[in-house]
Amino acid sequence: MGLTSFAVDELGDVVFVELPEVGAKYEQGESICTVESVKASSAVYAPVGGEVIEVNSSVKESPEKLNKDPFGESWLVKLKVANHDHLKSLLSASDYEGLVEQSKH
Amino acid sequence: MRKAATHLSKSALRSLASQHVTFNLSVLSSGFAASRRGYADEASLKKTPLYDYHVENGGKMVPFAGWSMPLQYKDSIMDSTTNCRENGSLFDVSHMCGLSLKGKDSIAFLEKLVVGDITALAPGTGSLSVFTNEKGGIIDDTVITKVKDHHIYLVVNAGCRDKDLAHIESHLKPFQASGKDVKWHIHDERSLLALQGPLAPTVLQHFVKEDLSKMYFSDFKMIDINGYPCFLTRTGYTGEDGFEISVPAENALDLTKAIMEKGEGKIRLTGLGARDSLRLEAGLCLYGNDLEQHITPIEAGLAWTISKRRRAEGGFLGADVIQKQIQDGPARRRVGLIASGAPPRGHCEILDLSEKVIGEVTSGGFSPCLKKNIAMGYVSSGNHKNGTKLKVSVRGRISDAVITKMPFVPSKYHKPAEGA
Repeated sequence: MGLTSFAVDELGDVVFVELPEVGAKYEQGESICTVESVKASSAVYAPVGGEVIEVNSSVKESPEKLNKDPFGESWLVKLKVANHDHLKSLLSASDYEGLVEQSKH
Repeated sequence: MRKAATHLSKSALRSLASQHVTFNLSVLSSGFAASRRGYADEASLKKTPLYDYHVENGGKMVPFAGWSMPLQYKDSIMDSTTNCRENGSLFDVSHMCGLSLKGKDSIAFLEKLVVGDITALAPGTGSLSVFTNEKGGIIDDTVITKVKDHHIYLVVNAGCRDKDLAHIESHLKPFQASGKDVKWHIHDERSLLALQGPLAPTVLQHFVKEDLSKMYFSDFKMIDINGYPCFLTRTGYTGEDGFEISVPAENALDLTKAIMEKGEGKIRLTGLGARDSLRLEAGLCLYGNDLEQHITPIEAGLAWTISKRRRAEGGFLGADVIQKQIQDGPARRRVGLIASGAPPRGHCEILDLSEKVIGEVTSGGFSPCLKKNIAMGYVSSGNHKNGTKLKVSVRGRISDAVITKMPFVPSKYHKPAEGA
């Protein structure tokens, strides 16, 4: 899981990322990590419940990478999904794009 | 269910100018709340003469103190901040409130309300001062300029405008009623611009006849700039050399365009986001964060604004409290911090090495120029010396911090050569 390009653009230059511990378990909707820009810190919530199996430490060392490639290199956390039903409640990429467009008006 | 990402644009950006805000970035699904458009809010915000110009130039507008102001433009806050120090910035600060006091009793009047030694202030110069309340706390900080003996010009914060004007008026009326000679005028017919950075003097020189190299930090002139009758002060809120220009509101846009054209792309329009980073790097206080009604100028490290005469004589509101603090030392003091880990923000606790709470952060963030976390806050006296190792608690995680002398970035004010 990570951030969308819309989200990083809104945040601005990322200066700090706090990642969870490997092995920690989170409920859907629980704050799992934090991303900070010059002016704001933002909690990132687990989109589905699960257990952290890997974190992307390269993002911790170079937080600015998130601004360049949020969908690729700069993923944040890998979660082992606890309940596959949660996946049904997520937006598709096109649904999300629609939401973003609405919010701009 | 959690709120979806639609909330984050306007409402999240709202506070970013001066404070840290936590907002939701995740994308969850069903049951998202419809985002609040806040049309009524936006329609009631005041606009400066440069509003359309900001929008045309990519300004991201946010509400600030009842005005719609640019938080940033197309460049990031980081780039905007470093550009100010490398080249220069033009800020629209027309939301701030300028006022004049005129009359032979204007100095006597003002000295009842501020700690500054306005009597001793040389004509054509200004200084930082504070308005105090009965407990010696700070109502607002202000730059006060003596234009001439019977004319004082002041600039106060936008967020404190209503409070300050009501406070001044409540004291002015009885003072006038007792037969004293002082009148006030609020300069709503003027707009304030700030031109800051190493290129500021060269660019501004194109528009004035007088030799600006002889105008030093804190000097004031009434002067034509590009033919417009302006109030010019060599001062600012960035630590860089620069000027604040009070121009008639109807000329503000033309002057801005003229300056930007002569700036040849190096002077950039700069918003409140970078303005906040710059002032923090310069160790300058922000009212509402580092200065507040319950904080005295002594606690805030602003004792230098109170001359020997005013310390002895008092005569301003709360003088007794302030005099006692000067004598005994204040219980807490403002300090600068450099911290590791996540950037400390306002309200984060400051701890000693045994993790006992000894204070609180009042402003903090990542410094674009130093590439470190910097912060200002208050600690109990005894813990305030430069070099003191402390800790800060940021969202439950504790990291190391050290008290650091401010300004964090050295200032570059234009002062006469030593011995001159």
